[in-house]
Amino acid sequence: GRRGPVSPGAPRAERGPAPLPRRRRPAAAAQRRAPQSGRSGMASPSERGLPPRGGFSHCFIPVYRFQENADPQKTAFLLRKQWALYSVTPLYKFSSGKLREYARLLGAFIAAERHKGLAVQVGVDLDIQVTFSSLPDLKGSEQDHAAMLVQLSSRSSVSPKNSEEKLMWSGWFCCVSGDDLSENVPEDFTCLPLFLANGAESYVAIVGSWFQKTFDCRFRRLAISPLNLTWMAAMWTGCKVEKNASATELVFSVPCLPQPLDISYAIHPEDAKALWDTVQKTPGEITQEEVDLFMDCLYSHFHRHFKIHLSATKLVKVSTAIASAHCDGIIKFLQSKYLIGVLMLLTELAISQIQ
Amino acid sequence: MAVVRPFDKLPALNSAAVLLVGSDESLQQKLAEAILKEKKNFKISIHLATSLPLPSERDHLRPRIDLIAFMIDIKSKYSLKNVEASLAHVDASFFLGKVCFLVTGVGRVNYCSVEMNAIWKLGEVYCSPVLYCELELEGIRVATAQRLLQMLQICAGHIPGVSALSFGLLMRNSADE
Repeated sequence: GRRGPVSPGAPRAERGPAPLPRRRRPAAAAQRRAPQSGRSGMASPSERGLPPRGGFSHCFIPVYRFQENADPQKTAFLLRKQWALYSVTPLYKFSSGKLREYARLLGAFIAAERHKGLAVQVGVDLDIQVTFSSLPDLKGSEQDHAAMLVQLSSRSSVSPKNSEEKLMWSGWFCCVSGDDLSENVPEDFTCLPLFLANGAESYVAIVGSWFQKTFDCRFRRLAISPLNLTWMAAMWTGCKVEKNASATELVFSVPCLPQPLDISYAIHPEDAKALWDTVQKTPGEITQEEVDLFMDCLYSHFHRHFKIHLSATKLVKVSTAIASAHCDGIIKFLQSKYLIGVLMLLTELAISQIQ
Repeated sequence: MAVVRPFDKLPALNSAAVLLVGSDESLQQKLAEAILKEKKNFKISIHLATSLPLPSERDHLRPRIDLIAFMIDIKSKYSLKNVEASLAHVDASFFLGKVCFLVTGVGRVNYCSVEMNAIWKLGEVYCSPVLYCELELEGIRVATAQRLLQMLQICAGHIPGVSALSFGLLMRNSADE
């Protein structure tokens, strides 16, 4: 549905590296707004572009606020791991004061499921410990609920004193600049639209069904369309990275062939950034046309050398020094200073899938 | 002739010709077959092309084109670029109701490589209706074939009292509401 204008929150002090630029949709009225500089702006309905046609609703929020308070030590465990993405509808009657109780209930639920015969691991009988913890730094605005982490660790029940606790599975809920959603839900609902999971898929199913039963929410796999991947490629290429950064890599899958063919296109990060800098006109703002132009330059360069039209293939993976994203909804964070920016993008995608 | 013109040839009696332009040949073929299967009481000739301009060698053998349908696949940016390049080779008077855009692949949000805004703008700029159809599904293909046949009849002037231009305006006005 359509949302009203977002009211500005408290002004943010931006320190550290240049924040991820704001994306702007080409509005029919072609209103240009002054670029942001250390101040949170307002989103007006005309900024959202035209009403959705053909059933898509990509109403991305052009406002972002960057918070540099995230302690890199605390969030280091989130980096360099593959996280599967899910969108979660708002949780009913969730209370952040009851985390211990939830951990106990979830532990009991998992034990009951295993007793029922839905054993997830054949072999050694493991004692599963559940911990719920809060990650208060991972938020984008004051209205965001603090991120919440669920961890399943195992200890061999045969010799509990001797064996160590091994982390088997972790999943965390977060909401970064999700004001669009959190402002429109009634009381008693907590908005944590993005869920990231690392570990066996079967535990996602068990944990997910417990949350669905307890808080009346719905989990859905969050896939990333090739169009959104091109936005990520453009936005992440434009970020300043230090020397020896890894190459920008794009992986394309070629359709309609008897044997599947994947094309990997790697670009030196400085070249890619140089190209992006010539395309981007206003610092701090990105338009769809700029993203298209950036991708067209890369495609035509490839065509000149290999006579293959990459624009007829499907972009399935984007890897830069900042993060890597796969269209099946898998993300890997590689730098802690851009963690919040990437989470903001993913929260947007999760919210547009929910609505 | 490099440019396709709507009135440079004489019409044939009780017949109509439609030109399908798109980069996906197999889908074009399937749509053409669906159109041919439909019941109709006039002679129809379906021309398939991957891009315009049409080769000029056989131009004298081609009938007058009554309707051009440009096929765009949401999953392929290339198909959009191809159509945009081909539009330059169509005479401006064609866009008075004798052109339409068929957009396929809209069922799967997670596969889209083309921004929907760009397609909507294309329809606006060229004043032509945009039909969203999932041509890979047989039911929708049959329905689209029926729609195209009706449009073709109007564009060829077989329906008295309704001109291509008035029908085109009718479609656009109802789409805006």
